[in-house]
Amino acid sequence: MTVRVLLDLILVFAPLSLVAVGGVMVVLPDIHRQVVEVHGWLTDAQFADLFALARAAPGPNVLLVSLIGWQAAGWAGALVATLAMCGPSAVVAYVAARLWRRFRDAPWRRPVQAGMVPISAGLVLATALVVAGAVETTPLGYLVVALTVVLVLRTRLHPLLLMAGAAALALAGWL
Amino acid sequence: MPRQPAAEAASVSPRVSLAALFGCFVEITFSSFGGAVAWAYRVLVEKRRWLTAREFAELWSLGQALPGPNIVNVAIFIGARYHGALGALVAFTGLILAPLVVWVPLGALYGQVGQLDAVRAVLRGVAVVAAGLLLATGLKMAQPARRDPRALIITALAFVGVGVLHWPLLVVLLLLAPVSIALVGRQAS
Repeated sequence: MTVRVLLDLILVFAPLSLVAVGGVMVVLPDIHRQVVEVHGWLTDAQFADLFALARAAPGPNVLLVSLIGWQAAGWAGALVATLAMCGPSAVVAYVAARLWRRFRDAPWRRPVQAGMVPISAGLVLATALVVAGAVETTPLGYLVVALTVVLVLRTRLHPLLLMAGAAALALAGWL
Repeated sequence: MPRQPAAEAASVSPRVSLAALFGCFVEITFSSFGGAVAWAYRVLVEKRRWLTAREFAELWSLGQALPGPNIVNVAIFIGARYHGALGALVAFTGLILAPLVVWVPLGALYGQVGQLDAVRAVLRGVAVVAAGLLLATGLKMAQPARRDPRALIITALAFVGVGVLHWPLLVVLLLLAPVSIALVGRQAS
């Protein structure tokens, strides 16, 4: 039974690993369909809760997959699901890293690298917008977002201090 | 003794031990509230100085163009750069398996306390700052190209495509990368 579930976890996540260009969030709809509708490892409500936890906990978003594996088959499930989700793409990344180094003096590498920099910055800004949009907060909350930007750019204040401060404001009912 | 790709590593930090590699990604993963990119930048560029801002942006975009979680790909690149396959494995372990051990048990707990108002309030506070942190990181990553109006336009297009129009990342990359390499990259070389 458990072996069967572990095998299913591999069959669900290993293929997704290779198509998840941009990360786990890109294949989230597929994960939801497989985990809730096809295999019934989680209910819809459990899925939403684990998603919220994976977003909130410090760590990569792939943590969601670990939690799903854990729900399906305990610790073995968590480990197997995580490795199935990260393993295949990690092998691809390793091969890419070696190729990238082999071609380090190739004339096309410099322009390719330099050309990717502005795209990368735009994508991170887009992620910021998505995160900001998902937060339900007060106008003061947007002020805190703006203040965070200024403090992070201008000072060496540790962001965890800002998070603690904002959490306190939220507990007091102001955010 | 692992191979040392001196030509690539020399610009920043030439010697990084396996223990330092492991510690670095454990540190990144356990501080990654609200997305790993901001914390990866903070640790790799500002704190440990293993990468310059430009190198970070280059690695990050490369990681983004490949399948799989972005921060995992970056960990593989950096691990491989300093210690080959073993380094990649060590970085991966620090990044993924360390938090697994800590957070999976908390998943069970969350089922019980996740609905509490206090827990939700704290998470809301964290998310607000995380959004600001991500914005600041995006602005820092745009810094190396700030004097080039064409680069700024590319940044804006990537932002609008993914953040506003919600186009698939792959589509945006396939559309913008050739343009950016031709306009921005050629000039830089």
